[in-house]
Amino acid sequence: MAKTEKAKKMDTGTLKKVLHYIRQYRWYVLLSLVCAAITVALTLYIPILTGEAIDHIIDKGLVAFGPIKQIILKIVIAVLATAAAQWLMNVCNNRITYNVVHDIREGAFRKIEILPLKYIDSHSYGEIVSRVIADVDQFADGLLMGFTQLFSGVITILGTLLFMLTINGKITLVVVLVTPVSLFVAAFIAKKTYTMFHMQSVTRGEQTALIDEMIGNQKIVQAFGQEDEVLARFDEINERLGKYSLKAIFFSSTTNPATRFVNSLVYTGVGLTGALIAISGGITVGQLSCFLSYANQYTKPFNEISGVITELQNAIACAARIFELIEEEPQVPEAENAVVLDDVDGTVTLRDVAFSYVPEQKLIRDFNLSVKQGQRVAIVGPTGCGKTTVINLLMRFYDVNSGSIQVSGTDIREATRASLRTSFGMVLQETWLKSGTIRENLMMGKPEATETEMIAAAKAAHAHSFIKRMPKGYDTIITEDGGNLSQGQKQLLCIARVMLCLPPMLILDEATSSIDTRTEIKIQQAFARMMEGRTSFIVAHRLSTIKEADIILVMKDGNIIEQGNHETLLAQGGFYANLYNSQFSM
Amino acid sequence: MKKLLVYLKDYKKESVLAPLFKMLEALFELFVPLVMQQIIDVGIANRDKGYIVRMCLVMVVLGVIGLTCSLTAQFFSAKAAVGFATKLRHALFAHIQRLGYTELDTVGTSTMITRMTSDINQLQSGVNMVLRLFMRSPFIVFGAMIMAFTINVKAALIFVVTIPLLSLVVFGIMMITIPMFKRVQAALDRVLGKTRENLTGVRVIRAFAKEEEEISEFDKSNVLLTYRQIRVGKISALTNPLTNVIVNLAIAVLLWVGAIQVDIGIITQGAVVALVNYMSQILVELVKLANLIVTITKAVACAGRIEKVFDMTPEMQDGDAAAFAELTHVQSQKRKGAVVKGAMRQRHSDYAVEFRGVGLTYKNAGAESLDQLNFKIKHGETVGIIGGTGSGKSSVINLIPRYYDATEGEVLVDGINVKDYPMEVLRDKVGMVMQKAVLFKGTIRENLQWGKKDATEKEMYRALDIAQAREFVDKKEGGLDEPITQGGKNLSGGQRQRLTIARALVKQPEILVLDDSASALDFATDARLRKALREMDASMTVFIVSQRAASIMHADQIIVLDDGKIVGIGKHEELLRACEVYQEIYYSQFPEKAGKVVTE
Repeated sequence: MAKTEKAKKMDTGTLKKVLHYIRQYRWYVLLSLVCAAITVALTLYIPILTGEAIDHIIDKGLVAFGPIKQIILKIVIAVLATAAAQWLMNVCNNRITYNVVHDIREGAFRKIEILPLKYIDSHSYGEIVSRVIADVDQFADGLLMGFTQLFSGVITILGTLLFMLTINGKITLVVVLVTPVSLFVAAFIAKKTYTMFHMQSVTRGEQTALIDEMIGNQKIVQAFGQEDEVLARFDEINERLGKYSLKAIFFSSTTNPATRFVNSLVYTGVGLTGALIAISGGITVGQLSCFLSYANQYTKPFNEISGVITELQNAIACAARIFELIEEEPQVPEAENAVVLDDVDGTVTLRDVAFSYVPEQKLIRDFNLSVKQGQRVAIVGPTGCGKTTVINLLMRFYDVNSGSIQVSGTDIREATRASLRTSFGMVLQETWLKSGTIRENLMMGKPEATETEMIAAAKAAHAHSFIKRMPKGYDTIITEDGGNLSQGQKQLLCIARVMLCLPPMLILDEATSSIDTRTEIKIQQAFARMMEGRTSFIVAHRLSTIKEADIILVMKDGNIIEQGNHETLLAQGGFYANLYNSQFSM
Repeated sequence: MKKLLVYLKDYKKESVLAPLFKMLEALFELFVPLVMQQIIDVGIANRDKGYIVRMCLVMVVLGVIGLTCSLTAQFFSAKAAVGFATKLRHALFAHIQRLGYTELDTVGTSTMITRMTSDINQLQSGVNMVLRLFMRSPFIVFGAMIMAFTINVKAALIFVVTIPLLSLVVFGIMMITIPMFKRVQAALDRVLGKTRENLTGVRVIRAFAKEEEEISEFDKSNVLLTYRQIRVGKISALTNPLTNVIVNLAIAVLLWVGAIQVDIGIITQGAVVALVNYMSQILVELVKLANLIVTITKAVACAGRIEKVFDMTPEMQDGDAAAFAELTHVQSQKRKGAVVKGAMRQRHSDYAVEFRGVGLTYKNAGAESLDQLNFKIKHGETVGIIGGTGSGKSSVINLIPRYYDATEGEVLVDGINVKDYPMEVLRDKVGMVMQKAVLFKGTIRENLQWGKKDATEKEMYRALDIAQAREFVDKKEGGLDEPITQGGKNLSGGQRQRLTIARALVKQPEILVLDDSASALDFATDARLRKALREMDASMTVFIVSQRAASIMHADQIIVLDDGKIVGIGKHEELLRACEVYQEIYYSQFPEKAGKVVTE
């Protein structure tokens, strides 16, 4: 019970939000309404003209060709005008729908850009994508249908009602009294189907997530010969989806027949009362047949409207899911007087920092660190000790729970995110390139760079020679996920990308793990040049890097357990010393 | 579209019954005006109230029958459409799973996802609509025309002209819009790709503070999509007004011709009314049909795209199982009595893996990635493969489980050409650990069971021990049942990597391949891992691809690759003496050893 209540609430709330998006196209809405009114009025007028013409065709020799010619001319003009109005109305509706959808998609995308990393890390890509694509698409279909049929439907009802009233009040009353039954039936079905559409939508999301995961990693699925197992899991969801879809589609499709049945009752009711009144001479037979045809005209839009309502229900369910994303709590907004870090000297201070991803599991506590300009900080520790957490905090991908991080003496929460992040050059282990040309990727950090600068950076990262060998050189298009490049080549490009913009601080996360050592040596030299005078944080595996570091942070189980340089740490004989010695035990 | 109709086969009954009941409903709908005519002509004319009430009851009965027919039709069509979509989704998913690496490389993931989701959904509504309306509408259209002929042939000729004209408009617009819808879909694919990319690359995008640029790029694709949608909408919006014009003009002509016919005394006034009514009836049906066209156009376009995926056939042909059985039989006859020490497995050759003049050129690639590779690896040996970035290390090992086919020479596993193996048998022999450590949503246990469905806890723990993953798994609250989120995002890179190694070990493969899979491990863990591997199953052949000389220097054989060619093969000491590339790699990592050698 409470659930439906909540669903309903969400329903009207969602509707309001949709209206908010429509508002800026209100002139189109108005034009569409006017066109709809013209279309309906003329559509109702044409049968009257036709009737008049028929009245002039009485019998053999009793045909008045003169007036008929006049009427036919009127019909032709009315028909052409209707067509023009109708087309214009359709065009308006198209424009409104697709623009609203455009706006919603943009809103969703903008939200994705400011969602906290926590949200993105904890949701599957497929699910988010399904909201932005499939749900928005379904919503568009429903909205378009709503516009094209709801307006003209309502106006047709009102128009016909007016015409009927001018002929006979009593019969009109019968029509008006029976109509709510039709609406009630439609509303009842719509309510029932909302939950089913919702279930369908949820299951569909689940399926999309599975498809995304499995097809995205098809190679591994095949390597383990898991095709059958994966297919079985897919089928289980698929069967469920089929079941929900059948229910949703069938029950929503009962609306039409059900309302049509109610309409035939309306028709019968008009026939019965009309015929009885006609017997007593209240109306003529001609008026009765006119009434019957209008009764038909009047009830038809009800069919359509109820059909549209189910479609809209579906659309609203989809819209609700999109708005859920759009209204997701964004990352903490920047302080109003946020400072732009433009002259970063490279000092980084962490004071009493505490942090954990989930409240129950404390990770970093009482972390203090003071890094001077140009120092190298190596982060070491056994695999899985949480080395990337430090990067997450420095880049402000996540906020500290307590304590503070200061860059150049400014608390990073008081600086603009953009200026903080661009003062770091980051090369991550996971190489990500955007789809586009190699040039676009390299210039990412410095769009104003010249060709020479770019090539120099590529050369420094030892990427120039392989880029030149690509079919279109720097204009080679990198496909989705960089499929046409090797892991090592991707890493070289990521390095070149940073080499080009040379920010005052560097973050290198196992940056060269996929590069052969010969190339790596060359890159290390380039790195060394780049690191000169720049504060750098290196998640390091190689001894030489670690030994040369000014500060070594030793991490274990998510916490920083030792801090110092190579000699002092060795002298301590603690965890680091152990780690170091184990390397040469082989 | 045609090829996809196979999936409707199981719903033949429903696909026939749905339109049939729809036509029945239409038929009963056609009766209603006739009854009303009777009420007017008989009931009112004779002032017979009882007759009027009786006839109204007949109308209610007709309504009830119509409702029943319609509900039945809706149920059957929903069942057929949903069943069709379910079957199609299953088939498409199964098909995509069968595709080889070469095919997967050329089609992006996001494209596949759209095909699987929104395309099939569109198709489902298309089928549903077709079943409901496509029979009903022509039925009424042609029914009305036949009725017109029974009234007056001359007037009916107007119908004969009008109906083809209407079809021309409806189908003409359809032909124009189908390719346009295709372009809309292409734009949608771009929007999807952009969205996905921004989720996968969120850290990099934010690090470069490129959010605004990304938004404007997204908007470019989004605007293009909107533009194309509106454009195609403009044309398909013509359908309704055009059909309206044609029908109403036909009515005007009908009135004129009717007037002449009445004037001569061939037909009555009532007949003219009937003719006009039939023409209007056609219009009402056509409006429905026109709305349907949009859905169908979209559905056909979707079907075309889905078919394209079905048309992609894996280039690789699976080895024939019967032929393989015979082959292995002959081989084992030859080797009767040759039982390898400590191995329970039956073997057909002394060599676990053999490359004979192997070359590989990837599809669409200009140059060859591997060239004239020859080597033999005995069962139980540990093989190190080392070389620079792009030297072809991964290509070599991708050929063993036949992810790609060698374009030259042949690859033998246990003495048999990989092409002769049934794929399942071959891949069961090989445990692969890839560079990119991917885990799947589920628990640790479920992920390990990928290697062996019925693996016992003991087997799993053994694998975790060897992979150096036992410690952190034990620390997890749920232990083996600790949930893993999609892509293993709740684990660190190193943890993921160790679990993927454990996953491969659970399988107890004859050949284990570690493709640079220790890159996220620190030296100590890496060393322990290698030690544990050596102490494990002595009969397992292990391939280690690495950048680190330390990881492979103790291997029985080391293959040194450079630019797709073998430049050295042998043990560490031999290579250190004779192989220039190996020396360079080794000393770059162990600079302190360099001096020693010189003094030796």
